Formats: sequence, structure tokens, C-alpha cells
Amino acid sequence: MTFTREKDFGTPEAMGEAVSLTIDGQEIAVPAGTSIMRAAAMVETDIPKLCATDSLESFGSCRLCLVEIEGRAGYPASCTTPVAPGMVVHTESERLRKLRRGVMELYISDHPLDCLTCSANGDCELQDQAGAVGLRDVRFGYEGENHLEGCKDESNPYFTFDPAKCIVCSRCVRACDETQGTLALTVDGRGFASKIAASQDESFLSSECVSCGACVQACPTSALIENTVIEKGTPDRSVVTTCAYCGVGCAFRAEMRGEELVRMVPWKDGKANHGHSCVKGRFAWGYAQHRDRVLNPMVRGAVDEPWREVSWEEAIAHVASEYRRIQKDYGTRAIGGITSSRCTNEETFLVQKLVRQGFGNNNVDTCARVCHSPTGYGLKTTFGTSAGTQDFDSVQYADVILVIGANPTDGHPVFASLMKRRLRQGAKLIVVDPRRIDLVRSPHIEASHHLPLRPGTNVAMLTAMAHVIVTEGLVDEAYVRERCDTEAYAEWAEFVSDPAHSPEAIEELTGVPAADVRAAARLYATGGNAAIYYGLGVTEHSQGSSTVMAIANLAMATGNVGKEGTGVNPLRGQNNVQGACDMGSFPHEFSGYRHVSDNAARAQFEQDWGVALDPEPGLRIPNMLDAATDGTFKGIFIQGEDILQSDPNTKHVAAGLAAMECVVVQDLFLNETANYAHVFLPGSTFLEKDGTFTNAERRIQRVRKVMEPRNGYGDWEVVQLVANAMGLGWTYTHPSQIMDEIARLTPTFAGVNYQMLDERGSLQWPVNAAAPGGTPMMHIDHFVRGKGNFVVTDYVPTDERTGPRFPLLLTTGRILSQYNVGAQTRRTANVNWHEEDRLEIHPHDAENRGIRDGNWVSLRSRAGETTLRALITDRVAPGVVYTTFHHPDTQANVITTDFSDWATNCPEYKVTAVQVTPSNGPSDWQQSYRAQAEQSRRIEPAEPAE
Amino acid sequence: MTRVFVSKDMASVALGADGLARAFADAGCEVVRTGSRGLFSIEPLVEVETDGARIAYGPVGPGDVAAVLDGSHPARIGAIEAHPFFASQQRFTFARCGVTDPLNLADYAANGGWKGLEAAFSLSPQEVVDAVKASGLRGRGGAGFPTGIKWQTVLDTDADEKFIVCNADEGDSGTFADRMLMEGDPYCLIEGMAIAGHAVGATHGYIYIRSEYPFAIEAMREAIARSAGKVAPFTLEVRVGAGAYVCGEETALLDSIEGRRGQVRAKPPLPAIEGLWGKPTVINNVLSLAAVPFILAEGAQAYADVGFGRSRGTMPIQIAGNVKNGGLYEVGFGVTLGELVDEIGGGTASGRPVRAVQVGGPLGAYFPPSMFHLPFDYEAFAQAGGLIGHAGITVFDDSVDMAHMARFAMEFCAVESCGKCTPCRIGSTRGVELIDRIVAKAPRESGALEAMPQIRNTKGAARTHDEEIDLLRDLCDTMKYGSLCALGGFTPYPVLSALDHFREDFGGASALPEAAE
Repeated sequence: MTFTREKDFGTPEAMGEAVSLTIDGQEIAVPAGTSIMRAAAMVETDIPKLCATDSLESFGSCRLCLVEIEGRAGYPASCTTPVAPGMVVHTESERLRKLRRGVMELYISDHPLDCLTCSANGDCELQDQAGAVGLRDVRFGYEGENHLEGCKDESNPYFTFDPAKCIVCSRCVRACDETQGTLALTVDGRGFASKIAASQDESFLSSECVSCGACVQACPTSALIENTVIEKGTPDRSVVTTCAYCGVGCAFRAEMRGEELVRMVPWKDGKANHGHSCVKGRFAWGYAQHRDRVLNPMVRGAVDEPWREVSWEEAIAHVASEYRRIQKDYGTRAIGGITSSRCTNEETFLVQKLVRQGFGNNNVDTCARVCHSPTGYGLKTTFGTSAGTQDFDSVQYADVILVIGANPTDGHPVFASLMKRRLRQGAKLIVVDPRRIDLVRSPHIEASHHLPLRPGTNVAMLTAMAHVIVTEGLVDEAYVRERCDTEAYAEWAEFVSDPAHSPEAIEELTGVPAADVRAAARLYATGGNAAIYYGLGVTEHSQGSSTVMAIANLAMATGNVGKEGTGVNPLRGQNNVQGACDMGSFPHEFSGYRHVSDNAARAQFEQDWGVALDPEPGLRIPNMLDAATDGTFKGIFIQGEDILQSDPNTKHVAAGLAAMECVVVQDLFLNETANYAHVFLPGSTFLEKDGTFTNAERRIQRVRKVMEPRNGYGDWEVVQLVANAMGLGWTYTHPSQIMDEIARLTPTFAGVNYQMLDERGSLQWPVNAAAPGGTPMMHIDHFVRGKGNFVVTDYVPTDERTGPRFPLLLTTGRILSQYNVGAQTRRTANVNWHEEDRLEIHPHDAENRGIRDGNWVSLRSRAGETTLRALITDRVAPGVVYTTFHHPDTQANVITTDFSDWATNCPEYKVTAVQVTPSNGPSDWQQSYRAQAEQSRRIEPAEPAE
Repeated sequence: MTRVFVSKDMASVALGADGLARAFADAGCEVVRTGSRGLFSIEPLVEVETDGARIAYGPVGPGDVAAVLDGSHPARIGAIEAHPFFASQQRFTFARCGVTDPLNLADYAANGGWKGLEAAFSLSPQEVVDAVKASGLRGRGGAGFPTGIKWQTVLDTDADEKFIVCNADEGDSGTFADRMLMEGDPYCLIEGMAIAGHAVGATHGYIYIRSEYPFAIEAMREAIARSAGKVAPFTLEVRVGAGAYVCGEETALLDSIEGRRGQVRAKPPLPAIEGLWGKPTVINNVLSLAAVPFILAEGAQAYADVGFGRSRGTMPIQIAGNVKNGGLYEVGFGVTLGELVDEIGGGTASGRPVRAVQVGGPLGAYFPPSMFHLPFDYEAFAQAGGLIGHAGITVFDDSVDMAHMARFAMEFCAVESCGKCTPCRIGSTRGVELIDRIVAKAPRESGALEAMPQIRNTKGAARTHDEEIDLLRDLCDTMKYGSLCALGGFTPYPVLSALDHFREDFGGASALPEAAE
């Protein structure tokens, strides 16, 4: 594969009726609104340009793209001049060459001449265009006023800004405005003194810049360039693959030089990200080469022993024999497995297959248990399928956007940028969140309503909104009549109409003024296309499933499902959490969400796999841990999940793991869970294997191997080794064969195969005979379950309550630069932005406790205690504190309790009653944990081979 | 009680009008403060109401009160309208300026005010636009685009909201007509904007005034408040600039109103289709809008009857610089440059011969007296390599160094460039450096860098004077045809006209007069 740049048409695509014109004698028909520049590029005529790029609106500043148009005076810029019927354009003439050369002569009179030693050498548009216009002499000389003395800004760990190389085309500024929507960059000064400045002329790192990389990508020179390119040189090949961080699923070009990754550049044709990225996917991939990465299998007899490096053969044989021994000693159901939402569909499928086929039980679960399991339950109950209804692009048609329990600018930044673009165009925003997230008010964006409800009162709030919609006659009755179960609707409508559910009645409970709730409900119901986006602030509650259903109720009642710009859209946390759920990772479901007790489905698998399968659902993660402490569950295979850090009530998790006899952890690093492991199998990164991920919009995208696995095997191969050591006789030689099996056994994936994925770039399931090209939007004419089902959602307060001992409510969340438990991002320069978890506390609560900004505080719940530093902010309401859970030192989940969703056991991370007091340092738990972790991570290297 | 009239125009105040007004008030007179009549050589000017006529005296000072009041003062001018500077004018737009109390609504109504608006209200929007088209009115800001056609575009563009924006960012050196009108007859502008609002379906207008015009800002704000009922439902507000010349460019002005960096937008889209906040917007100069009440009140034909060629109606010409009779002179198009400078302007203030006049502000061309036959007309000036612009004329005597003036043009462009487009951003600075070398007769030596053996493709030797002049012409060519807006695009006018007409000031071999013959 050779390195080619993506074609740049100069200006964005237009959508109008066809217009015919002639460019340099060639006739062409293009959509009205297309620029002359783009039309020319479509017939392979590349008009010189510098300030134009097709991801940004035309700007018209460089003046290189001048053309001649018959019948028009002067030399219009082709980027800003739209085509017109019958227009006759000439893109080359002596006159144009002279003008372009004149412009280029000016540029080069103020530009360094060290092209050959420049980091963009060979990948510089200025260099290309100087060549294209035939500049040979700069008659002004090089000694006039210039910007060559400008100091480099190397503050950002990932890229360097060299103002001397800047040609002030404003592409970076416009990318920050239009693409990212942060508006951190500006042109400071004017005229010749114009220069690019971050925020108020600060360094990039200390500015509002979120390091998404859009400016670097937009820069035509080396003024903004990745540090890896400065260090390694320009790439020589590229492979399109999918980011392994969040559920947005950005497509990237992994740009390589030999076996080495030079940079990750968002792919313009990526349907989830359209060429945009965030700081994680774009830059934070260095963990793959981090020295902490474990590359050899390791085994130990007991968890207080040091690790012993062993061969793959020994490790695999050990695992197989231990599992068989345990099953012999404690029964078939004494072992189980956990699939990873970080791994590929194929790998996830194999792990659950290993459990069902090889372990002979259904003890398989996945980390979706702790995040979006209520989404699965709630949307399946109301709509009939466990997935979001829209594709991301649908937000561009929304008139009202309701964000509840999600913080997209931190958690799903690339989708947030698309949403912000729509908001800047005038869509209205409602935010339901205890915390004043950035979306509530940021440059050119302001929520019409922010309902800062008390944590744990989502259901009451959504029912009150429904109350307004029903009692004020705002229901889309025709839609409900045609599309929904009218009996269920009638029952629901009667329920929500009860005055006990009015905004006034719940005002004291939620803490949100009734008038705001009424206004927000009216806006949602009457503001045009209304779309709901939600996250873990909805699901991670004791009423998570109820909240999902309350959301679905609202959408159905207002007719907001089944068309562009509407829908119910869970923002999935992990890159492949959708896929992990799809692939049969839950103990009660095969792939495609078919219950294990469904005889027909089970028969299909039994026939394919040649074994009888257990018709009884297996254990969920919390049940496995409970069973372990009870002595009936003794072995587990955990692929790519750090349950000790990410699951609630850390002490309980630790006790469960400690009670097992064979804990196998497969991961890139010795994670926290590995402290309790007996076997460690090194994992491979997404760069080192083939496969697919499925993002939050059900989009299946290819993950492509760009380098050999440093640990020797892709994760799917490791699972196969274990399976075969247990006698299963698997014979996969490529993940595409696993996908073929998935397609064979899963109706919603029936039409998926690698060839189709390579041809189309991506596919959104269901992909089957009825929808061979996939399904961007669901429930268009009817709901998957037939009629939409309204579910009565009684508000049941959580048992987790504040009281004199624990008077504050703790809620948790994420931050842009760190990813979940931080195993990857903490091993990158992203720590520059977030080196520790902090406790956000309202000034009022801080003052009452004598806490100052930056003080160490003790955070205590009935489950445990930890310490961290305080950040005093009115982002949180009085009575509410907030922290992130990215750092193992903090161990925020020591605090969280084992309350969970009534339907799915999804933990109630978002509500914990706590007390906060000043503190001197780490808690006893933190100290003993740290000691135990250090002890547990000792490695004795293998004897060197003679 | 004797009624006297003293201007409160900023220029008059600068010359001492406030002290004069106070002195007359102290003497027991009723002092009416008006706008300026527009001839500064007779200011401070006082007009004494005598038997229904207004007898003017000027220039006079506070010490002259008694002599003025008893009619004995030697600076007695007599009936002001009879003064030759005024008698020969055709005051359509400035009819009330200097006559009425600017903020007095009764005065305004009594002097023909609101007649245009009332006429407009009795017409359909299309009929109003047709009248403006028929009048032949062209944009007085400098571009000369037919105002009626612009209005038609806005009228024809469907939108939920449209705007009228008045460009009062009068930044050209030597121009002051906008200011005088806003200070001296603010309701006239308001009336014109309200007519425009009715014509295109806009209900809100902005007047963008440069911050250097505090009196105009105050006058307009007060006038807007007082006349709100009269123009309702049309509403208006003043926005104040922040000192950037480029914000007088219409699209940069729109960006500035929107709170953005004042930077030129590429056209299309035209502001008439996507203007302020992306809505269809009429953006016109003060003088264009202030001409409209006359057109509606007196009929398009009355306006169109005056003028020359395709330049119809009158132009308030501003005569400044080294000139005896500096001031505002409104007259139909067609008057020659020579008449304006020599007769109306009375030649230079210094008494020395006129060497050059610059027409159209700092970006206008310089003309030698040999071109004084040019009629004041958009087309005639364009054909002669110049422009009328905002009709400012700056006069220079024979002590002027035209190479220095060419440098000034480049420097002005460099100072005021917004920095968006390359020809203006870098070109203006290179222009200054280049003219400095030309003036110093020190063509560029081969630079240290160029002299290095690593650099192969550049001309090794020093440049010649002629090469530097050629480079200046090439630079002007790049700026004129490559720039995004008129700032960079018009800077070559003064530079090239200076080079063409006054080559001797630039030195060098071919500067020898007619050496080629």
C-alpha cells in the first residue's frame, strides 16, 4: 500500500440542482452552489489554492485560486464563486499565472527557506503551490519585515506551532470554529501583524484548546504539525482503521513509516466522524509502545507470589488444565468469562463461544453490565431492539436536542462537535444534568433550558415532562394511534396525568423550578424535530431501565421516532460496547439478542458448534463475584476489562476475586484486576489485529492490522489457543471467518462480511435480506416490536439516601483527555491535562467544611473511604459533589455502593451518599491497596534460554 | 429677543463656535444651534435673524458680539444664501443642514421633513424601489452601484427578517459629508432608512458610526429616540466602530456589527442576499440613504433631471487639503475638476500653484492640473484611471513630493489592512519598503541569503532602479486584481497615478522628461 493524500476538493459539497458549465473546455454538470474550484477538481483540474480545503467553508483569502470567467470583469476567486449555468471558466492563462506568481512571491518573501530540513517537506501545500505557479525569484528579497523570528510554541505535547511557518490562511482558526466548535484560536492583530493566537494569546496548552488536532490537520504548511512527524519524518503508507476509544467510532488513517506508526489522521470518508477527531484517538496512541506493556505470558501459584514469565504454550496449557480441574472439583458452572467492549466483535464472539461451547455454561457477561445494560432492556421493551434509533448525522436535522445524563463534549467529543455545529445553526438545546456541563453554555451555544436535577430523580423529572405533554394536549395523537400500542398508551397517559406527577409536585424532589420543567417539555414537544441523546447519567441508577423507558415514552408520545432529526440515542461509552452486546455477551442472550431459552435459536448454535448448550441463563458479573465469595464460583477468564477499578464497591470485587482459584486476565497492562490474577495473558492493541467494532449508531467498521502484535498474537488467536487447549478444535485463520460465522448465526448480521465492509466502508445493522445495505435509521414505518410500547414508570427513590452521616450526593463522570479507567490514556501525554481525579464541590459546601481549592479531602460513604483533592466550582449544585474515576490511586469506586438497576443490575454509580471532610493524605485503604498492588506486580523474568 | 444661529457642527466647534454661542447667549440673544453651512473659511459663523432674513457674519469671535448685533462688523456677509459658495449649489440632500435646529422635530417637519416618508407609505414597496431606480441614484460610498437595484434584490429575497444598515464609518481622509449630515440633519438619514425599510420589508436598521464622531453618535441617538414614533414600526440603533478603516468596507462592517473581528467577507453571497446575521440586508452609505427623502418627496424625475451621463442627481463634494475654500459643496454631477478646485475651492490656501489633487479619499488617484477638464462623473473618472469614491477632494500645492504620497498610500494600506488577503496583508508592507528604496535611489543589493551558493535560482546581482519600478508596478497589479476588497484593490490608484503623472518624483533614468522621444 502506498501513501496517497486524500483528495481535497477545496470547498464542501453542495446539494443543489445540476448546473452545467465549461471549465477549460470541459463540460461538467455539478450541483448548484458548488464552487468553481470544486467543480474544477471534479474534472481533475486542480486550481492552485492555499486557504481552501474541503472540510471548511470557503474563505477567499489566499488569492491563488483566481480564474477568468467569460463575460465577467476581473479575476474572481474560484473558491468563493459558485458555478452558474453556461458559465465558461478558464483556469490557466498568462495573466492568471502572473497574478498567482505575484501572490506567491509575497508569501515566500515572508517564509523560511529551509524546505529540505522542514518537517513538512514533501507534505506542504505551500511548497506544492510554489512549484505549481512556477516561482523562481523573489524580487522583494528576504530582508524586509517578516515573521521569521517568531518563537515556536511547543507547549502541547502532541504538536508544535511554529509561527514562522505560518501563512495566516486561517485554516486552523476556521477548523477550530467550524469543525471542532471550540473557537479557541483567533487571528490576533491585523494586516501584516496578523498572527494566530490561542485564546488570549496564550500557549496552546494553557489556552482553551482541546487538542482535537483539527487545526494541525487543516494546516497547509508545517506551522502546526504533529511532533511525531517532526521526530520520525513523513509517512510512506496508510491504513484505514477505526479508533479504539469511545463509542463514536471515528475512522482514522493510520499513517505509517514501515512498521512504525507516524500519526493517526481522521479519515474524511469516515461516516461517524467525517474527518474529525479528538485528543484521544488523534494523539493518545502511545500506550501501544509504553514500557508498562506486558509482552510475555505470566503465571503464578498464588496472588501474593511474584509473576513468573512463561511460554505461551505453558500459559495456555495451565489455563486449560486449571479450568478443567475446577469444573471437575466444583461443577460445570464454577467458571465463567467476561468479554471486553474494547475488543473486536470477533474476539467478543469467541469469548462467549468459549464459555458457552467450551465451559458448557452461560456464565458470560460484559462491561456493558455496568454501563448500558438498561439501554438494552429499556429500548427492547419499548421499541423492540437494543440500540439507538439514528445515525449521528441525523442530528443535523434536529430542531430541538435534549441531552440527559450525558456530557458529550467530554465523553463523545467528535459527535459533540457535530451537535454543536447544529446548535450554532439555531437548534434549541435542553440539558438535564445535575452538573453544568460545558454544553450548557459555551461559545455561541447556550441551552434554552438547563434542568439541574438532584441525582437519582431522572424518572420523576421525565414523568413530569410527560405530564406536561399529556395534560397540555401536546401529544402527537395521530402518531400514537398509528404507531403505538394504544392501550398501553392510555394506561401510561392516565398515569402521567396524575397531579402527583406534575412539575409542581416534584419540584421539591428534583430541586428544579416547575416553570423550567414545563417550558422544557413544551419546547421538546412543539419545537419541531426533537432528538434525545443520553448517557450513563441515565443508566447507572437503581432506576436506569425505568429512565430509558421514560425517555422512549416521551419520544413516542411526541412522534419523535422514525424520522431524521429525532430519535432516542444512547451515547455508548466504549468503542465496541454496542458490538459486545450484539455478540451475545450477556448471560441470557445469544448474539442478536436471542434468549438462551429460545429453543430455535439455541438449536441453531448447537448445530453449528456441535455441542448441547445450557438453556439456563448464566451469572452476571455481580452474581459471579457473590458466588465466588460463597465458594461456588472459582475461575474466570477476563478479557480486556479492569473490573476491580471500574466496577462498584471495589472491596467487594476484591473479595470475590481473592476467593477464586484461577483468575485469568488478558490485557495490555498489569491492570488493577491483575493484582488478583493467577495467569496473565498479554493482549494486543487495535493496531495489531484485524476485526470490526460497532459504534453507538450500530455502525460496523473495520479494524485493520497495521503492525504485527508485539505480544505475538491477536486476542482472537489467544482465545482460540485456550479453546483448542480445552479440546474445542477451532480452525479460524482470519477474523473474517469469525464474522462469517457471526453472520451465519445472527439474523441482524446476516448480510455482513469483510468484502462488503471493505467496499462500503461501514454497515449499520440490521444488514439482511430486507436491508442489504444496512439500516441507518430504525423504526421508520413501524417499530421493530410492531407497536411502540408505553411503559408506566413509577418513580421509586433509590435506597441510597443522604442523612446526617452522609449528607452529600456523589455523582461520577469522565473528562475529555482521559478514558475510563485510564489504562491507556494515563500512559500517554494526556496526563498533561488531567493528572489526577479531583472532587468538584460547590463553594457553599466547601466553605461549611473549611475546604479550600486544592485541599486534600476525605470522601467517605458507607462502602468505603478515599482521599483526593478538591476543586471548588459552582458547576455542581450545593449538596452534590462530582469526581472522575480515571486514576487507580483515587479508587473512586471504593466509595460507590452495590445498589443497582432493578432490571439489569447496572450499578448505581451516579448516586452515592457521601461525606467530605478535610484530610491530610491517603486513606488506610489507599495505603494498603498501594502496598498490595506493588507486591502483586513483581515479575521474575524467565530464565534466559541457553 | 434677537434670534441668532450658530453651528454646533464638530468642525465649527473646533473653530470656536461654542464660545461664540455662549457670548451671544450672554448678550441676551436666543441662540439656535444648527448644523454647519459647510464653508469653513467663514466659520465661526453667526446668522442674525433680521426682518425675517438671516444675515451672516463670519468669521467672528466672542468679542465681536456687539459689532455683529449692531450690524457694523466688517465680516458681514449678508444673506447667506447669496454667498457665491452657496448660491451656485444644488442642495437636495443638504437642504436643511445649517438651516434648522438638527434635533427639532417641528423644524424638520416645517422644512419639508417626512414628506418623502409619507409619500413612500402611500406607495407599495415595489413602487418605492421603482422610484429609487428611476432617480438614477448610485451608491455614494464610492462603488457607485445603482441603489434601486440593490434594494430590488433585497425586496426579492424571501426571508423572515431583513435589515437596513447605514455605513457611517466615514474613514476617508478629507471627507466629512456623512458627519455633517448626521450632526446637522439627522432626521433626514432616519427618514431615508425608514423609506428603505418600507421598500424592502425590513423593520430594523443599524447606523454604524465611527468612534471618532462623538457628536454624530450623540445626535443620531437622540434623533432616533425622538423620532421613534414617526418611523414605527421601523426601529433603529447606532453601533459605534472601533477605529478600523476597513470596517467601512461593507462586509467587514457587517462582521463588526455582529461582534466579530472586522474582516472582509468574500462575495458572493452578496449582503443583499446574505448580509447581517445571514439575512438580506440593504447596506448603503449615509449620503445614499439621505438622498432618498428628496427623491420620494420631489419625485424621481426631479432628482434624475440633474446630473451628467449615467451619474444622476447631486453629489455633496468635500473639498479639503491645501485649498482656500474648504468645505462641502453639493452640486449635480458634471462640474469639472478644475471648477471645483480653482473656482469653487479658490485655489490653494498657500497661494502656490496646484500640483495635484487626490479625488476619492486616500485610495483615490492623483490628478495633475492637466486633467482638470474631467467632469465629475463615475465613468469619466474610471476612464481616467481614477475614482470618485466618497467625493472627497484633497488639494496639494507644488511643494508636494508625489513619491512620498505614493509611499503614504502603501503605508495607509499597511496600517489599515485587515490582514485577510495576501496581496493587501503582505503587499502593502512590501510596497512601503520598495518605495523607500526607490525614493532613496538605493535599489536592493543582493541579499546575504541570495548571495549564498545554496541559492541558485534568484538573480544574483543587485537590482536596478528600473527593475524596482517594474516590481512596484507588478506589485500594484497583484494588489489591484488580486485583493479581496477595495482597500488593497484601490491602493494602486494613488501609487500608479503618482508614478504615471509625476514620474520625476521617483527618480531614475527614465524619469527624464520625455526621454524616449
